[in-house]
Amino acid sequence: MRTLKYLLIKEFKQIFRNKAIIGIIMVMPMIQLLILPHAANYEVKNINLVVVDNDHSTYSRNLVSNITGSGYFQLTGNCQSFKQAFSEIEADKADLVLEIPANFEKDLIREQSQSLFIAVNAINGTKANLGASYLSRIIREYNNTLRAELLSVDKPASSRAIEITTANWFNPGLDYKSYMVPGILAILVTMVGGFLTALNIVKEKEVGTIEQINVTPIRKSQFILGKLIPFWILGNVVFTIGLTLSWLIYGIVPQGSLFVIYAFIAVYLVAILGFGLLVSTYSETQQQAMFIMFFFMMMFILLSGLFTSIDSMPGWAKALAHINPVTYIIEVFRMVILKGSGLKDILPQIAVISVGAVLLNTWAVRNYRKTV
Amino acid sequence: MNDKVIETDELTKKFGSFTAVDKISFSIEKGEIFGFLGANGAGKTTAMKMLCGLSKPTSGKAKVGGFDVYTQTESIKKNIGYMSQKFSLYEDLNIMENITFYGGIYGLSSKEIKMRGEALVEKLGLKNETKKMVASLPLGWKQKLAFSVAILHEPKIVFLDEPTGGVDPVTRRQFWNLIYEAAQRGITVFLTTHYMDEAEYCDRISIMVDGRIDAIGTPGQLREAFKATNMDEVFYSLARGAKRSE
Repeated sequence: MRTLKYLLIKEFKQIFRNKAIIGIIMVMPMIQLLILPHAANYEVKNINLVVVDNDHSTYSRNLVSNITGSGYFQLTGNCQSFKQAFSEIEADKADLVLEIPANFEKDLIREQSQSLFIAVNAINGTKANLGASYLSRIIREYNNTLRAELLSVDKPASSRAIEITTANWFNPGLDYKSYMVPGILAILVTMVGGFLTALNIVKEKEVGTIEQINVTPIRKSQFILGKLIPFWILGNVVFTIGLTLSWLIYGIVPQGSLFVIYAFIAVYLVAILGFGLLVSTYSETQQQAMFIMFFFMMMFILLSGLFTSIDSMPGWAKALAHINPVTYIIEVFRMVILKGSGLKDILPQIAVISVGAVLLNTWAVRNYRKTV
Repeated sequence: MNDKVIETDELTKKFGSFTAVDKISFSIEKGEIFGFLGANGAGKTTAMKMLCGLSKPTSGKAKVGGFDVYTQTESIKKNIGYMSQKFSLYEDLNIMENITFYGGIYGLSSKEIKMRGEALVEKLGLKNETKKMVASLPLGWKQKLAFSVAILHEPKIVFLDEPTGGVDPVTRRQFWNLIYEAAQRGITVFLTTHYMDEAEYCDRISIMVDGRIDAIGTPGQLREAFKATNMDEVFYSLARGAKRSE
């Protein structure tokens, strides 16, 4: 116990003296939380739309004004022909072309049917696809109002058009910030825990102090605990800073209890620190450790469901996502912070992470013994 | 015979097919200053690491401080001090913090740490620098400090791996005074060196060539045996036969 005390004192002194680490711990959450939720946004705006209106009727004008009034589209031009409009797409000036046929209004009233043509520039896939679906929705809505108007003239009590309404539970405004912020918090905790632990231990290897430690009566377990405890505490500090910032900046207050969140973080950090330790046992220099960590962080983040939905991944990627610790912390953060889930709801995630923590740490400790 | 603090019998270390240390046998008595000489790559550091419990021997026997190098490495570690080739104090801790840390992990009480620490900085003339970061000290001071910290817990044996590399002659002298003082207190000093004039300061020396100990004895005995006027000549006549070098 006394040995551990001296190790911890030493470690904390070194951490607090390292201006870079303190800077990272304070500034990283601030910058990431200030910038990323605004930038990393799935909402698509400013879609460039070209309209080819062959009808020039009240109806067609109303439709176009409905579209531009939605706020998602920017009318970049009116073209006389589709061919002309298509050259706009080719020049990358337009994302979408909407062609309104001649006699649009007349046919719609007389035959009660009409077709529109939408052409999509799929180079920016997300923008184009979302744009096309926004556009279809606006047209459908317009269609419904028209039908209602027309029908109410003839038969007041006619059948109602079926409407599809989507209710976004737990994130009512489909506000991407409240969706992204928990994710960014999760990444923060992971980065601080994983990177700092790995680099710290490898630094001792590089400088040579670890050799000195190895000839002292310090047990391996003591040395490892002496490293894990400080970074476990740091991880919690960074998370707390992040949580406070997301409350101050975005007004995001966890719906669930803080106890549940911290309980999960406690276990999660053990797993991530174990991972950092494992990486450090396989690296001789900080450079190596850095690259290994980067590789895994990229995989972890892109396979975590932070940016893309895990459900829409292919089977093998889904499997990978389920052995990725970051998947679970993002899941839990979103559940507890947005939905207010309780301890019982996140038990499966806690179980998986606990198993991971035991596996990673056992592996790391065994490998640590071998290499030294 | 009971005063032998290090005893080895055909101690060997192989890395694959390469034999780094080849059946070395010697013994060192309490309070002796034992110089371990050899060219780069002769196997000095590997031999030393086995004796410190850092590396498991491939075969042979060895006891350090009465403890077996295979089974009792933890007991060995409690009874030795070690100063590696690389500087091994924490550069981002100040002098007193380094002393406290190493004293603490060797199980000294806070009172002992304070007393010995104060005596140490007094002796080294660092009394007014205790709050200075170790990184800011000149190399010579660092080395003297590292040695003093390595023997802070009064070990039976202290291992020094090329302790005076890169240090100026005046500081080297001072360093050797520290070594003599430690030896007088009964601490056995086991050191490797490249400097032949330093070999003359040792009570006994051994010269390693290609993993074997080719000569062992007092500096006087070796000079006589090799009909040489100084240690340099002894070393050259042995090292000339070496097959491996850096």
